[in-house]
Amino acid sequence: MIIETESLAKRYGRTDALVDLTMRVEPGEVFGFLGPNGAGKTTAVKLFLGLARPTRGGGTVLGAPLGDRAARRRIGYLPELFRYQPWLRAREVLELHGRLIGGGVDRSRKAIDRVLEDVGLGHRAADLVGGFSKGMQQRLGLAVALLGAPALVVLDEPTSALDPVGRADVRAIIRRARDAGTTVFLNSHLLTEVERVCDRVAIVDRGRVLAEGRLDDLLGAAAVRIRATDVPSDAMAALERFGRVAASDDGWLTISGIASSEIPDAVATIVAAGGRILAVDPGRATLEDRYFELIGGHGEGHAARGAR
Amino acid sequence: MTSILTIAGLTVAEAVRRRIVWVLTGLTVLSVALTTWGVERLVSLARSGGTTDLEIYVGVSQILILVAFMFSFVLAMTAAFLGAPAIASDLETGVAHAIVARPIRRADLVIGRWLGLAVVVVLYAAASGLLEVAAVRLVSGYAPPQPLVAIGFLSAQAVVLLTLSLLLSTRLPAIAAGAICVVAFGLGWMAGVFAGIGRFFDAGPLVAAAEASRWLLPSDGLWRGAIYGLEPPAVVLVAVGRGGPAAEANPFFATAPPPFEFLVWSLLWIAIVLALAIVSFARRDL
Repeated sequence: MIIETESLAKRYGRTDALVDLTMRVEPGEVFGFLGPNGAGKTTAVKLFLGLARPTRGGGTVLGAPLGDRAARRRIGYLPELFRYQPWLRAREVLELHGRLIGGGVDRSRKAIDRVLEDVGLGHRAADLVGGFSKGMQQRLGLAVALLGAPALVVLDEPTSALDPVGRADVRAIIRRARDAGTTVFLNSHLLTEVERVCDRVAIVDRGRVLAEGRLDDLLGAAAVRIRATDVPSDAMAALERFGRVAASDDGWLTISGIASSEIPDAVATIVAAGGRILAVDPGRATLEDRYFELIGGHGEGHAARGAR
Repeated sequence: MTSILTIAGLTVAEAVRRRIVWVLTGLTVLSVALTTWGVERLVSLARSGGTTDLEIYVGVSQILILVAFMFSFVLAMTAAFLGAPAIASDLETGVAHAIVARPIRRADLVIGRWLGLAVVVVLYAAASGLLEVAAVRLVSGYAPPQPLVAIGFLSAQAVVLLTLSLLLSTRLPAIAAGAICVVAFGLGWMAGVFAGIGRFFDAGPLVAAAEASRWLLPSDGLWRGAIYGLEPPAVVLVAVGRGGPAAEANPFFATAPPPFEFLVWSLLWIAIVLALAIVSFARRDL
């Protein structure tokens, strides 16, 4: 097991940042840790790395107790909020971390430039970090996390400052790392990011895991979202035979539990009843549905409650 | 050990790259140039008025002590404001999180930071001190009896304040840590003055309180050591002959070097405060 925790809890003063975290991350997977701001995601990561000490409970990372120094040699970490030394060049930041990792990490210019190349910063290797945009800093942070081919990479909101192209790049980087045998722990509040890249997911809120499992299991059966107008109520009733139907104010119908082969039939049912189809989005919003179902749709409402 | 040296090297590189070293060097050259020019003018005037060499040397020695006080103040401020952000700013920017997550001890970060800054402060003290002494000697012919001893004490005083600010930096924001150090430095100096005056008037409790604060923060005691290194023996003999306690009350005068126990305590003080900084940083949640 790469990460295993048992009833892990962390209290900051009067705030419970993490209440009862029991979870497992298996070797070679991309694990998504999903939750609203202030859910306790960053606190969990800090406990894994020994940056903070648990109030209760415990666990192991790479088979060693939480925060173990030798285990940290095999962990790459991208913090949530960070700014590397502005007076260092990108290449020097990696050289510094290579020295801190020690051991057999290849700190040759060629090896370091390759890592920078991987995150799309090859052409900025000799530039001062102070001149980097937030997105470039995040790419540099990814390079630092991936340095030395770690067994586990912990990424805390790695795409928060990136544009769509940058996000796609990060997904590709994560997949490459997984293919190379690295386990990736991805903290994110971005559903689409997690949905697109993770093998398994835990949904966390208010310091507790609400659901954990393979993405397919967590989502249950497939679903389709259809944006349609002029759908008569009898057509809505007719759609019930394909699955559970929910209509939202913005004109989207979600049919959960529908078999993908039945999607054309559902569309035909709406059209036959006089409805006009504007868009069909197969299975896209299901994690979002599940997420809101679990956290009760209060996401941003408690973001200020001691997010760490 | 490798991690400590890596962090220390990073700290020195930071001081150089962020132009701290160059700003200090520029200001030092400017200060030395201005004070040397002043000494040269005074010496020329005195010589043309028929003042003897001995009188000139005594006068220059006292000016040099005042210049040293200015340097001691600049050094202390430099040390306080280099140490204050050393840990606090790294925590604010997240640099500390990225570094501490590596396979290093948290103590390595604290000791490395301390070592790097101590090297910068001591080299700065040595370079600026020697430059001032050499320049004054060039224009006046006077050289203090033990310039290296004086520079050693000035450096130790700066390291004391550096260590204190680093300890505060593990728990407080940089500005608060720096401000506390400056106030502590000022209070320590005043305590030294009070101790001298108290001794002259034989005011037991005042002397005891002032002495206690001198041991609590050894910066002023070390400053007295620096003065002793700069004071010509003839001036000490004359002053002691005229009544030691009165001379003791003068914050720019020292009739004797700090006692050996005080020197040992100063080193121990630095070690204890550094150890407290290590424990304080090791115990906090980042």
